[in-house]
Amino acid sequence: MSGKYDYTTLKTDVLIIGAGGAGLRAAIAATEAGCSVIVASKSLLGKAHTVMAEGGIAASLGNVDPQDNWQVHFRDTYVEGVFLGNWRMVELLAKEAPDRVYELERYGALFDRTPEGKIMQRPFGAHTYRRLCYVGDKTGLELIRTLQDKVAHSEAKILDEFVVTKIVSVNGKVAGAFGISMREGTFKLIECKSLIVASGGLGRLFKVTSNSWEGTGDGLALSYRAGAVLMDMEMVQFHPTGMVWPPAVRGILVTEGVRGEGGMLYNKDGERFMLRYSPKKKELDARDVVARSIYREIIEGRGTEHGGVYLDIRHRGAKYIMEKLPSMYMQYKEFAEIDITKEKMEVAPTVHYHMGGIRVNPETQMTNVEGLFAAGEAASGLHGANRLGGNSLTDLLVFGKLAGVSASAYAKQGKQIKFDESVVKEEIDRVMSFVENPGATNPYPLIDTLRESMSKYVGILRNDSDLNKAYDAIKSLKPKLKDIGVRGSLRFNPGLLACLEFTNLIQSAELLVRGAIERKESRGAHFRSDFPNRSHDFRKNILFKLNEGRDEMSFAAVPELPDHLKDLGKEED
Amino acid sequence: MQEVKIRIRRSEPAVSNEVRYQEFTVPVGEGMVVLDAVHYIQNNIDPTLSVRWNCKAARCGSCSAEIDGMPKLMCKTRMDTLGKEITINPIKAYPVVKDLVTDVSHNYEIAKKIPPFTPKEGLKEPWTMMQIDVTRSKEFRTCIECFLCQDVCHVIREHQSNYFGPKHVVKIAALDLHPLDSIDRSELLHHDGGLGYCDITKCCQNVCPEEIRITDNAIIPEKERIVDHAYDPIGLLIKKVKRRKW
Ligand SMILES: Cc1cc2nc3c(=O)[nH]c(=O)nc-3n(C[C@H](O)[C@H](O)[C@H](O)COP(=O)(O)OP(=O)(O)OC[C@H]3O[C@@H](n4cnc5c(N)ncnc54)[C@H](O)[C@@H]3O)c2cc1C
Ligand code: SF4
Ligand code: SF4
Ligand code: FES
Repeated sequence: MSGKYDYTTLKTDVLIIGAGGAGLRAAIAATEAGCSVIVASKSLLGKAHTVMAEGGIAASLGNVDPQDNWQVHFRDTYVEGVFLGNWRMVELLAKEAPDRVYELERYGALFDRTPEGKIMQRPFGAHTYRRLCYVGDKTGLELIRTLQDKVAHSEAKILDEFVVTKIVSVNGKVAGAFGISMREGTFKLIECKSLIVASGGLGRLFKVTSNSWEGTGDGLALSYRAGAVLMDMEMVQFHPTGMVWPPAVRGILVTEGVRGEGGMLYNKDGERFMLRYSPKKKELDARDVVARSIYREIIEGRGTEHGGVYLDIRHRGAKYIMEKLPSMYMQYKEFAEIDITKEKMEVAPTVHYHMGGIRVNPETQMTNVEGLFAAGEAASGLHGANRLGGNSLTDLLVFGKLAGVSASAYAKQGKQIKFDESVVKEEIDRVMSFVENPGATNPYPLIDTLRESMSKYVGILRNDSDLNKAYDAIKSLKPKLKDIGVRGSLRFNPGLLACLEFTNLIQSAELLVRGAIERKESRGAHFRSDFPNRSHDFRKNILFKLNEGRDEMSFAAVPELPDHLKDLGKEED
Repeated sequence: MQEVKIRIRRSEPAVSNEVRYQEFTVPVGEGMVVLDAVHYIQNNIDPTLSVRWNCKAARCGSCSAEIDGMPKLMCKTRMDTLGKEITINPIKAYPVVKDLVTDVSHNYEIAKKIPPFTPKEGLKEPWTMMQIDVTRSKEFRTCIECFLCQDVCHVIREHQSNYFGPKHVVKIAALDLHPLDSIDRSELLHHDGGLGYCDITKCCQNVCPEEIRITDNAIIPEKERIVDHAYDPIGLLIKKVKRRKW
C-alpha cells in the first residue's frame, strides 16, 4: 500500500488550468512559442463548459453589414458594460476579433456562410450590426473540437480529469499547482515557471443556472489564496431565457439566437411586453435589460403557470427553425415534450456568466502575482457590468492567445521557484481531512442551502436587506466547513469533490455578496432596487485581496479613456 | 411522489475484483432524467457513487451508460420512459475505472493518428465556401464524443481488431468533407483503421444521440472510396449492389 503523503511530481514551463476555449487557445500559443505545456482539466478533454456555447462568436467582419468595424464593436462592448470595463481590453477584443475568427477557420472550423460564401453573421442583443459568426446553434462545440484537434496534434500534455486543489506561490511569485488525478486516485504536484488560470465561471453558486458542474469558481478561490486580486465579483449575468419546465431542466439555456432569429417574448396576456420596456431594441436589448423586464412581468403576476414568460419563434416555420436552431428543437422535444415549431416556449432568467473574476494587466493578462496569468471567464475587466452575447467566445480566443504568449515569454525568462515540501504536506492534510473524518457532515445539503440563499437573495433585483440575509447565511455556513467530509478514496469521488468545491464556492460567495452590498447603485447586471440609479461615484472597480488571512476590500477608479477612444466611449447621462 | 428502484453496478477494479449491484430507491419528480436520479443518490444516499457528467443538457457527451441494457445518455433519458425498476451499467466497450466511469482514453490515442485538417495550398484569404458544401460536413461535426456508437459496435466489443470504430469514421468523414481540406484519409482508415471489419450492421447509427447517420452517410461512402484501391468485401458488395441499381 502506498502512504498518505505519496505524490508524483511533473515539471513544465507553462501550466494551464482549464481546457475550455481559453485554456486550449492558450495552450496552442504556448506550444507554438516553444514551451513545454501541461493542460489540467477537471473534466474530460473536449467536454468543458465552452462546448455548450450556442449562439456565436462576435467579430466585426462586416460580411453582412459592411458598415461594421472594430470601433463600433468597441463602443457596443464598452457602453453596454456600463463604463466599468477596462478600455484597453475592450480595444484589444474589438481589434483582434476578426483575426482570431479567421484563424479559427484556418484551424479547420466550418462556419455557416453568406450567399457569397463568406462567414455568415447573425444579429445579437445590443450589437449594433449583425456580428455573430456561428455554426447553427453549436458554435461552442465547433470551437472546442477545432482547438482540441490542434492541441491533440501538438506537444502539449493533457492531464484531464485532474482537479487542481491548490496554486502554490512563494513571496508573490507562482511556483506550481497541486491536485488529484481522479482517474488514478493519486496526488500530483506540477512545478511550473508560469501558470494560466482558465477555469471558467461560478454559475454553480446559484440554484438556477445554465452552467456545467465545473462552474464552481475554483480558479478564483485558488488564485485568491495564492495572493491574486479579485475584481467586480458582484457582477453576475442573468441570461434572460432559460428553460422553466419541467423542474428537472430549470435553468438550461435557451440561446439568444432564438431572439436573434426573430423570436418574440409575450406575457400570459399575450402582450409583447418588450415593446413597453425597450421600444427600440425590443427583444434584442442588452441582457440585463431583457432579463429584468421578464423578471418584472413574472413578479407582477403576468407570468405563465410555471413562472416564466413565452418565447415564440413559430412564425419562422419548421424548416428554418430546424436548420438554424436544431439544438433548441431537440432540447424542448426531449426534455419538455414541446415542439417549438408548433408551440411556444416557456422561459425565465437563469444565472449564466460571471463578469467579475481575477484582475489582470490588460497588456499581458498577468495578475499581481508574478507568473500567474488568467484568461477567459475566470478573468475580469473586459465585460464591465454586463457582457454582450458572443463576446465571451471572442474573449477566449483573443485573451487565451495573449495569456499563452505572455506566459511563455515569462517562462523563458523566469526560473522555477523553489518551495518547501511542507506546503504539499499541508495540502494533502487538508484534502485528506475530508475523507478521514468518520463522523463528518454531508456537504451536499450545505451546498444546497448556499445555492438557495444566493438565488433567493442575490438575484436580478437586489437590495440591502436581502444581500445581508445572504451574507448571514454565508457566515453561518462557513464554520461548518471544518466538519464536512465523506467516505471513500481519491478516485472519482464526487463527495470529495463536493467538499473541495464547497470550500471554493463559499469563498467566492462571500466576496460576491460583500461587493454587492458595497455597490450602492445600479449598473448593468447589478440592479439595486434601493439604489435604482447609476452613480458616478461608483464608476470604480471593487477589489479584494487576501492580506494575512483577512479579506481586504478596496476601490480602484476605472482607467480613463485615452484620446483616441474618448468619443467612442463617451458616457451620456 | 412515485418511487423507482435503481440498481447500479459498483466496482473499483484497481482496488478489488468485487462487482456488486446496489439497489437504491429514488423519488421521481416531473421531467426527471436518469442523471437526476443518480445525483439524488449521490446527494442523499451515497456520495461515493462515481459518474461522469458535465452539462446535463445532452451537449457534452459525458454521461453515457447502459440503461436497462440500452446505451444512452443519462441526462437525455427521462425517467417516465422507463419502468419501476431500472438497471444502470457502465458502457461495456471500455474498462471500468469506478462504478459508472470508464476509461475512454483509447479514443484520444486514435484521434492523434488521424491527420488534422490540412488546407489546400494557395487559397486566397479570407476563404470562401458555399453553404451547400459546408452542410455536407456539418452532420458529422455535431458528434459530441459520447462513444455510445463505439459501445454497441460488435467489432469493438468482441474482437481484438485495429478497427478505429464508428465515432472515428465520423470524424474522418467530417475532415474529408471539409470543402478546403487537401488530404484523403480513406487509405489510412482502411489500413491502420481496419474499416474492413465493419459489416454495416447499423447498430451504431441506431444509438447516436445526435442522430448522425453514421453507417449510411459516413461508413458506406468511406468504404466506397477505398474499394478502388484496397480489398474490402463489404465495400465491394455495396459497390456491386449500387452498380446494379444504376
Ligand atoms: C449554454 C451556454 C451557452 C453559451 N453561449 C455562448 C455564445 O453563444 N457565445 C458566447 O460568446 N458565449 C456563450 N456562452 C458563454 C461561454 O460559453 C463561456 O463563458 C465560456 O465558454 C467560458 O470559457 P472558458 O474557457 O473561460 O472556461 P470553461 O469553458 O468554463 O472551462 C473551464 C475549464 O476549467 C476547468 N477547471 C475548472 N476548475 C478546475 C480545477 N479546480 N481543476 C482543474 N480544472 C478545472 C474545467 O474542467 C474546464 O476545462 C455560453 C454559455 C453557456 C453556459
Ligand atoms: S455498422 Fe459497422 S461500425 Fe456500426 S456497429 Fe455495425 S460493425 Fe460497428
Ligand atoms: S457519432 Fe454519435 S454516438 Fe458516436 S460518439 Fe459521436 S455523437 Fe456519440
Ligand atoms: S452530461 Fe453532458 S451529455 Fe449528459
